[in-house]
Amino acid sequence: MTDTAWIDLALVSARPQAMGALLRYFRNLDLAEEAFQEACIRALKTWPKNGPPRDPAAWLIFVGRNSGIDKVRRQARETALPPEELLSDLEDRESELADRLDGAHYRDDILRLLFVCSNPVLPATQQIALALRIVSGLSVRQIARAFLVGEAAMEQRITRAKARVAAAGIPFETPDASDRAERLAAVATMIYLVFNEGYSAMNGPEGVSADLCDEAIRLSRLLLRLFPAEPEIMGLTALLLLQHSRARARFDANGAITLLEDQDRRLWNRPMIIEALAIIDKAMRHRRPGPYQIQAAIAALHARAERPELTDWEEIELLYQALERLQPSPVVTLNRAVAVSKREGPEAALALVEPLADRLSSYFYYHGLRGGLLKQMGRAREARIAFDRAIALATNAAEAAYIRKQLDHLAGEADASDFVQEQR
Amino acid sequence: MLYAVLCYNSEDVTGGWTKEEDDKVMRDLTAVQRKYVEAGKLGPVARLLPTTAATTLRHSPGETVVIDGPFAETKEQLLGFYLIDCTSLDEALDFARELSAANPAAGSYEIRPLSLYKPGELAP
Repeated sequence: MTDTAWIDLALVSARPQAMGALLRYFRNLDLAEEAFQEACIRALKTWPKNGPPRDPAAWLIFVGRNSGIDKVRRQARETALPPEELLSDLEDRESELADRLDGAHYRDDILRLLFVCSNPVLPATQQIALALRIVSGLSVRQIARAFLVGEAAMEQRITRAKARVAAAGIPFETPDASDRAERLAAVATMIYLVFNEGYSAMNGPEGVSADLCDEAIRLSRLLLRLFPAEPEIMGLTALLLLQHSRARARFDANGAITLLEDQDRRLWNRPMIIEALAIIDKAMRHRRPGPYQIQAAIAALHARAERPELTDWEEIELLYQALERLQPSPVVTLNRAVAVSKREGPEAALALVEPLADRLSSYFYYHGLRGGLLKQMGRAREARIAFDRAIALATNAAEAAYIRKQLDHLAGEADASDFVQEQR
Repeated sequence: MLYAVLCYNSEDVTGGWTKEEDDKVMRDLTAVQRKYVEAGKLGPVARLLPTTAATTLRHSPGETVVIDGPFAETKEQLLGFYLIDCTSLDEALDFARELSAANPAAGSYEIRPLSLYKPGELAP
């Protein structure tokens, strides 16, 4: 690892805490970002000579804060408008610096920073973009690449998100227990969105999408370290680890989706699975089940099965039932249907799937699963119609490639039966 | 004398390594270990899961509490340990120095002598 590489890593890992503290000082995202940027520039100058400070985050907060105050003072002179309130506020804060730097506040600082990016007033795409920019420190160019949009468009999206956040007001009061729980839930959703953006964009530029998954896992671990006794945050972390553990097995050589049961399980990332299973064990002790824990428990049952036929579909079906009770949704029912098809066959599963037609008519996986079930039942003509519908709804090349494979399969079977008939 | 070498690094940093970077660090550390293995000095080596996987049992008279998370909340976390047979503290320090040179993450290496050692019978 080169000199600058370790500095980059130290800056990235100190970023949430430092940005969180600077946001508390300046109460303004842009000012906090500029102050952090300035501190990073100084770190790049001095750290290679002096070695890394014992506590990089504290160093960055101290330097960033001073440079930010200078800037506010300069601006005050330039505009000849003494913002007395702001300045005296900063002076007061100075005296508190010592105890603030010891990290006593850092938990709420980081949560606030994450929450600012998870504010429900922001649409999902803006939450993700803002979090990647503000918390993770990805460049606008990197984020634009991940979303497959131009840099200018992404810049605009982030600017718009910041304006919305500012208008909504950043919450600076120390949260009470119920505020904290609310913020935690919003932040967990945002982290899951970041992960899904990476997970579903695997056909994007190489590496970028996996980076988003890694980033989401990093944020989730960070959140769990801050709130170590929250079973749903354990569930979230375990869920992301389990889903990401299969990254290398999810696509075949042609880039088509490989279904779970067809994946080469040797390609699954064992250390991630072991970590996730350990975290789920911890969560179970709390006996406070939630959607993330249940989804993680389902993923864990897949991970525990050495071969697809050893999968505990009965338990999986029960867990989906529990999830339906907690979070009723046609997509969850669709997933339960997969478990039902394994235990009771395609007919029973189809009976569960058909009533979802209205609500899932434009959902790729609805038509994909329906086609698969019809195919298993030998209803090739209807299967083909379902697959045709699915392919039209595919949102990426990997989904389309998978359906094309199913269609080829159907065509192959039809040819074979025609051939047999001719022989007769 | 048997020493335990306990490795404290920042999880944020080591958790931020890509798989390639992590693999490289592991290779470099294995290279350091080889000499000690060949000299018959190195005992069990362990890399620990992140502290998010940790649970702590806290015991005080009359009460036992199970707490999520590691024992100590510090900037650096105990991420692994070595058991090494050294003739002196200096030799153990040399080993720790070599490890720290092979590991790009800033960290601390606590060297703690053992009073009891049982190799155990775990399958490798």
